[in-house]
Amino acid sequence: MNKDKLLQMYYEMVLIRRVEERGAELYQAGKIGGFMHLYIGQEAVSTGLIAAREPRDRVITAYRDHGVAINCGISANEVMAELLGKVTGTSKGKGGSMHMASVEKNMWGGHAIVGGHLPIAAGLALGDQYQGNDNVTICMFGDGATNIGYFHEALNVSMLWNLRVLWVCENNQYGMGTAVERASAVSEIRQKAEGYGMKNGRVDGMDVLAVYEAAKESMDYVRRESKPYLLEAVTYRFRGHSMGDPERYRTQDEVKKWQDNDPIGIFRAALLKKKNISAAELDEIEARAEADTQKAVEFAEASPEPGMEELFRDVYVED
Amino acid sequence: MARITMREAISQALWEEMERDPAVFILGEEVGVWGGTYAVTKGFYDHFGPERVKDTPIAENAILGAAIGAALVGLRPIAELMTINFAFSAMDYVVNQAPKLRYMFGGQFKVPLVIRAVGGGGRQLGATHSQTPDAVFAHFPGLKVVSPGTPEDAKGLLKTAIRSDDPVLFLEHATMYQVRGEVPEGEYLIPIGQSKVQRPGRDVTIVTYAKGLELSLKAADELAKEGIEAEIVDLRTLRPLDMGPVLESFKKTNRAVIVEEGWRSYGVGAEVAARIYEEAFDYADAPILRVAQKEVPLPYNRTLEQAALPQVPDITAAVKEALK
Ligand SMILES: Cc1ncc(C[n+]2csc(CCOP(=O)(O)OP(=O)(O)O)c2C)c(N)n1
Ligand SMILES: [Mg+2]
Repeated sequence: MNKDKLLQMYYEMVLIRRVEERGAELYQAGKIGGFMHLYIGQEAVSTGLIAAREPRDRVITAYRDHGVAINCGISANEVMAELLGKVTGTSKGKGGSMHMASVEKNMWGGHAIVGGHLPIAAGLALGDQYQGNDNVTICMFGDGATNIGYFHEALNVSMLWNLRVLWVCENNQYGMGTAVERASAVSEIRQKAEGYGMKNGRVDGMDVLAVYEAAKESMDYVRRESKPYLLEAVTYRFRGHSMGDPERYRTQDEVKKWQDNDPIGIFRAALLKKKNISAAELDEIEARAEADTQKAVEFAEASPEPGMEELFRDVYVED
Repeated sequence: MARITMREAISQALWEEMERDPAVFILGEEVGVWGGTYAVTKGFYDHFGPERVKDTPIAENAILGAAIGAALVGLRPIAELMTINFAFSAMDYVVNQAPKLRYMFGGQFKVPLVIRAVGGGGRQLGATHSQTPDAVFAHFPGLKVVSPGTPEDAKGLLKTAIRSDDPVLFLEHATMYQVRGEVPEGEYLIPIGQSKVQRPGRDVTIVTYAKGLELSLKAADELAKEGIEAEIVDLRTLRPLDMGPVLESFKKTNRAVIVEEGWRSYGVGAEVAARIYEEAFDYADAPILRVAQKEVPLPYNRTLEQAALPQVPDITAAVKEALK
């Protein structure tokens, strides 16, 4: 991978972190409402994954979507504006934290019904197959989502119909307060692909370069063979499930242990081992991410709310 | 009388019935270790243990299907849907299995099941997480649909629901858990299928339930300042629907406004208005009006969401219109 690409990935990871930290503050200040699920701790997964896609490859994910949106090229301005419910947001302020999307960036949404977007992902790929396109649909979801019927129906048809879907399970150890072993009969999520005869793999989701390699390889396979693949990324969310989670289900020691394994720290150390990257360059990137976050907050705060006409617009296409 | 919150009332009903009958158990997402997403079952897991307060995977079909199966063989499951919006992921069990098994098998089966679910808008959760689709569920014979508006009713109705031998959908409103009200000391039950006058008045009948009751009581206070006395009839149960107190009130006031949080089209208001026209047409002095949610999926933006939901001024305006 060339230096520019590596530094861009570093920038995105830091930007996601800063945007969400500010988001959390704005939530506490009452400027953001509803449910907000932070991606902090998991940044390496979507960063590595999406760095490996071609722009024509589609992305669809669950409600924990701020990071995915930024990696897909949606600006921090638009993400922040959506969080604040402003008309300049990705969804005109009508979707909120859980519903970021951009057709232009081939990002088909954060979706809030657990597992609900998996059959839709199969449909994106079906549409591409039908139209003779060889692009891949990257569908991300949590460990908890693999226990609902949607997951199994979608995996089955994707295999049966030879769909180009890269299924990516972000195993962050918990679905809300329920640890994987309390909800899933098998502890490695990738095992679930076996029942459908689907190729699968597991990767360290805290190591962005490992995720990138695994994503590249599996995406090549999906494109070449016209077959789905299930990739499990082992990761951890550092914050609560959403804002206001009492976190009675895990110990502070456990959280601390994972935080010591910060994906941004790991990447920084890896980058500094390279001869052509200096600490000063990385510091400069961090400062830029910080400044861009500040600009995004200012942009969002200054943006107007959607007008009353937006209430009735887009219920149907002709509105 | 004790003054408690809606949350405490529901929690007490569950607790008392679990103490009373070992066949009663709870299953659902985050009901145990977490203590319930809305803290209704806080402390239950430690007291009753993991078998009677069963945490499940995110699998609404498995939750409801298994609850129905367990009910068939003699248990009294209380299946919790984290929100009513997730009923759509398992709609078959709610409307196509639980309500039909007894009838279809010639009365051999009993399905003593309670499905508890939180619904309602106003919390900026976006279109898929904010619905009040109560009327949808009330469409199906074989299912009882209960939706209380006071702590007293919540407790008494939930206890009855748990003892009912038929499936009951028990709808709670996400913004009402902190509502306080007087609750009788000691054990009491409230029958399913009885409407109730929650505030007497002579000028106009407001028919409502759940969140609509909270709003209508406020609207009635406003109207009283202007000398308008609204009588509020709380449906409490949507199916079976008890029109008795509604008709009695309407025959006295000759004017009615129906208030619901769900969408107007094909809603609770449509049903109630049709029944009034069918059974008391000659008493009408004005068209029956409906206050309901605007016909849009609920948006995230707070201002837009509030504009879409029925508000107190919508009710007072409708009442004045009905009195013209
Ligand atoms: C069908 C459905 N059931 C329940 C929920 C409530 N819910 C939202 S997120 C969540 C946990 C999901 O866990 P996981 O799939 O592991 O994703 P994570 O939050 O860990 O990223 C639950 C139960 C929902 N949104 N949709
Ligand atoms: Mg998870």
